[in-house]
Amino acid sequence: MKLIKWTGLVIFLAAFSLFTGVFFLSQFKLTNEVLEETIADESKRNAFSKEAATYKGNEYASNFVFVRELSATFERVNEKALKTYSISEAEINTLVERSSGDGQIEFSLSLIDELFGGEDEINQYKRKTFTDYGNWLDGRQFNTAEELKTQLTNVVDNIRKYGIINQKGFDKYQVKNLKYAIAKASSYGPVKDQPILFIFLTFIASIIGALLYILPKVKEGPPGIKNNRIYFDPMKNVGWLGILTGTYLIAFYIFLYYYPEYMTNWIIMVDPVSFFLKGSAGGRFFLYGFIYTLCILVMGVRMIIKYRHSKYQIIRTISVMFFQTAFAFLIPEILLRLNKPYFDFKNIWPLDYDFFFNNELDALINSGGLGIFMLGWGIGLILLGVPIFVYFFGKRWYCSWVCGCGGLAETLGDPYRQLSDKSLKAWKVERILIHFVLVFAIVMTAGVLYTYFTGVSEIFGFSTYSIRETYGAWIGAGFAGVVGTGFYPFMGNRVWCRFGCPLAAYLGLVQRFKSRFRITTNGGQCISCGNCSTYCEMGIDVRWYAQRGQNIVRSSCVGCGVCSAVCPRGVLNLENADEGSRFNEPILIGNDSVKLSQ
Amino acid sequence: MKKIVIIGNGISGITAARHIRKLSDHQITIISAETDHFFSRTALMYIYMGHMKYENTKPYEDWFWKKNRIDLLRAYVEKVDFNSKSLQLANGDTVPYDDLILATGSKSNKFGWPGQDLKGVQGLYNFQDLESMEEHTQGVDRAVVVGGGLIGVEMVEMLMSRNIKVTFLVREPSFWNIVLPPEESDLINRHILEHHVDLRLSTELKEILADDDGRARAVITNEGEEIKCQFVGLTVGVSPNVDFLRDSELELDRGILVNEYLETNIPNVYALGDCAQFRQPFPNRRPIEQVWYTGRMMGEAVSRTVCDIKTAYKPGIWFNSAKFFDIEYQTYGHVWSQLKENEDQFYWEHDSGKKCIKFVFDKNDRTLLGINTFGIRLRHEVFNRWLSEKRDVNFVLENLREANFDPEFFKRHEEEIVESYNAQHPENQVILKKGGLLSRIFA
Repeated sequence: MKLIKWTGLVIFLAAFSLFTGVFFLSQFKLTNEVLEETIADESKRNAFSKEAATYKGNEYASNFVFVRELSATFERVNEKALKTYSISEAEINTLVERSSGDGQIEFSLSLIDELFGGEDEINQYKRKTFTDYGNWLDGRQFNTAEELKTQLTNVVDNIRKYGIINQKGFDKYQVKNLKYAIAKASSYGPVKDQPILFIFLTFIASIIGALLYILPKVKEGPPGIKNNRIYFDPMKNVGWLGILTGTYLIAFYIFLYYYPEYMTNWIIMVDPVSFFLKGSAGGRFFLYGFIYTLCILVMGVRMIIKYRHSKYQIIRTISVMFFQTAFAFLIPEILLRLNKPYFDFKNIWPLDYDFFFNNELDALINSGGLGIFMLGWGIGLILLGVPIFVYFFGKRWYCSWVCGCGGLAETLGDPYRQLSDKSLKAWKVERILIHFVLVFAIVMTAGVLYTYFTGVSEIFGFSTYSIRETYGAWIGAGFAGVVGTGFYPFMGNRVWCRFGCPLAAYLGLVQRFKSRFRITTNGGQCISCGNCSTYCEMGIDVRWYAQRGQNIVRSSCVGCGVCSAVCPRGVLNLENADEGSRFNEPILIGNDSVKLSQ
Repeated sequence: MKKIVIIGNGISGITAARHIRKLSDHQITIISAETDHFFSRTALMYIYMGHMKYENTKPYEDWFWKKNRIDLLRAYVEKVDFNSKSLQLANGDTVPYDDLILATGSKSNKFGWPGQDLKGVQGLYNFQDLESMEEHTQGVDRAVVVGGGLIGVEMVEMLMSRNIKVTFLVREPSFWNIVLPPEESDLINRHILEHHVDLRLSTELKEILADDDGRARAVITNEGEEIKCQFVGLTVGVSPNVDFLRDSELELDRGILVNEYLETNIPNVYALGDCAQFRQPFPNRRPIEQVWYTGRMMGEAVSRTVCDIKTAYKPGIWFNSAKFFDIEYQTYGHVWSQLKENEDQFYWEHDSGKKCIKFVFDKNDRTLLGINTFGIRLRHEVFNRWLSEKRDVNFVLENLREANFDPEFFKRHEEEIVESYNAQHPENQVILKKGGLLSRIFA
């Protein structure tokens, strides 16, 4: 049995190392075909091609070096475009000079026509852009030449920033997308030639190794709570292994969200799966969804084995495995194959923070009956699904039975649940932070909808686009991804759910004020041992309530049921019952001397 | 405002302090030589097993004591001078008091076995025992645990968690059968064996042998068998920790003698918890009860008396719980190891042999007297009510669904239990009250 386990571990580590190696194993060659495939605009393509001439056709063995070349090329193209198409300082000075006369300074657009009167492309471009960006200056009078110069310079700067870079060069979104697309298309070598072989050597071998390691646990003694040696384990008590794992996860998320151009080899590897499911190549989020689902499935098996004495845990784990595989992964991909909008039927705003983004709304509205149904379904979940289900079952129906973030936390994250901070201070931070994110999400969405319906993109001097961008980068990617999962080995498996998730905040408010759910404590049986608090992934000091005979009614409780499972004296039970009995008086049964409020 | 000094920071002393603070503004000082802060003694095993760290076993955060103006003093009390009302500390200081509460707990028993003081031989009661066990089990691969009680089986479980092979010597013919009836005791015997413990029933320790370094190397049983080991756990009960009070005016027997108000023979001196011994034991109760719950209740009661609301300690319906490896145990009311003259019983055991439930009732009027449950969680509140209302066993079985406290989706056994009861008692048929899944969700 031990042999099987160790064999599994070796296979897993080998496969996982190979997976990591694939990241570095990439080779690149930029060709004209690649550029034709990736840059649609011919003049831009030519500009890029010209600047990339020095290394086109060269072979690169490092994604870092190759991406650096691409970045430099984009910069050069942009610089050149600016130099060619921008109105120069000398030209601005000329304009100022020609505006002055008779002690009066007046600007006129005719000066532009005069100065850039040529019919070549460059003069035409300068004339047109200045007229577009600076026509409001026509006929304006100025007190000093400096004043006019400042205004002209501002206009020219705007043209550089929003006009030239966009039309003749590459703006930052294009650069990000193209770096990724070019890197992916330029890639060649064993992974590109044999992706399926590599799927077997990395993913399939990892799964086999992990299962060989996990399955023998069934034979390691009778069912029951098996938390032996958790606090001696370098993986589970922020030891070297935990720190290493956390660092790996954080790095993974940073590449995924901010630098996908480096991870093209991994994406190429899962392309066959993507083609199989939706008939087209997958992007970084397909890779992410694929790995995510595998983690939940494999670690779900571990969870089921570990808690096999508890039917609640078994059913709950099967539920999160099902919802991740079917609802989050397969159904959206199949919808794409059927030419329908990508839609995760179990994701709910404001966790699904881009649900009301204009492109998402348009996609749904323009997809006929199914799209309208999806829109109605999503809004129905927000307005009816959340309050009704939380009223009957508590927020657990979502957080620990359905949600993808919860699913990962309850499976991959289970070994780290004891690392959550139980202090009163942490609770205070939690309440401020999570409700702040909820308010942020609401404000951000309100701005997005305002822009959607009115077409105005500014409110109170803030651009709704930059608000949504900030939310996406800091909350959607940074908090939920990098911190939310990357910090599993440091702060427990529910960092995002506890401190950040705006949907959890919403569910929690309903749970706290209008629900039949509570954790009941069993009379006077508590011995204050602390297992419940220790293994509460949400950092609730469960023992505080249990030892005073008080039901636990907390907005953050996700109802995972582990406190009840680890309790050695049968003190805790998750229950739905009439609302009136939720907030009981804290009295411990068994003492007839006096009924003391604890 | 008076100065109240409490010796001992276990559950009894701490509960007293907390409730005194709720009731008054008296100055409160808790002295302990064991740890700086209150921790849950029942959780010691989990620290050794790696389920928790010491930090996790503290029921209150460290700021709690200052906030509630409870002074904590880490010191060892050597002597109490009851005349001058002051304590003599080992570090030479003296601490005066107006009221003194003795909550000094227990110490592990040793019965004069040869070799009982060798290195690697110890009991398990306090934090220092845990540290010693940690130190003396490094690199050990075989251990012997002596004594078939709750601490014994805990210690076996602890050692097994470190992959140490354990021989478990139990003097009685079945595990803990001075408390558990034969069926339940046998169920636990089987479970201990299922965990590959070398369980030796009806076997006593005769002697512990030393190696050249003065460390245990083997034990010899009363049958003359030598069992090699590098660690010996002696878990043969505990006695009140009162040696430092001997030869004083304080009246002692095995423990500190107290009346129902937890008052000793000296005014303004109280004793409670493990170290207290009632002059007049309560009906069906022992004079010294070394149980977490009773310690806590005594703390609740004494806090009022100290604050001039004189309150007798009046334990309610007996309850207790434990866990043997994977099997949880709860008991409500009285289930004796042998049925008494007026008692009858109904016992049900699940096919798995790992769950059972026993009802003891009065032969004549069928009033429920007590219940034991293994592997099924029951509601304390419900059984407390039924026992105080003196419900008969038929009523209890009819309403058994109401008492279940197992998590959702767990297999329920009420139907089987009632069926089995009806088969055994044809003259007393019970019809189980309904309660399906839906009615539970929408109750």
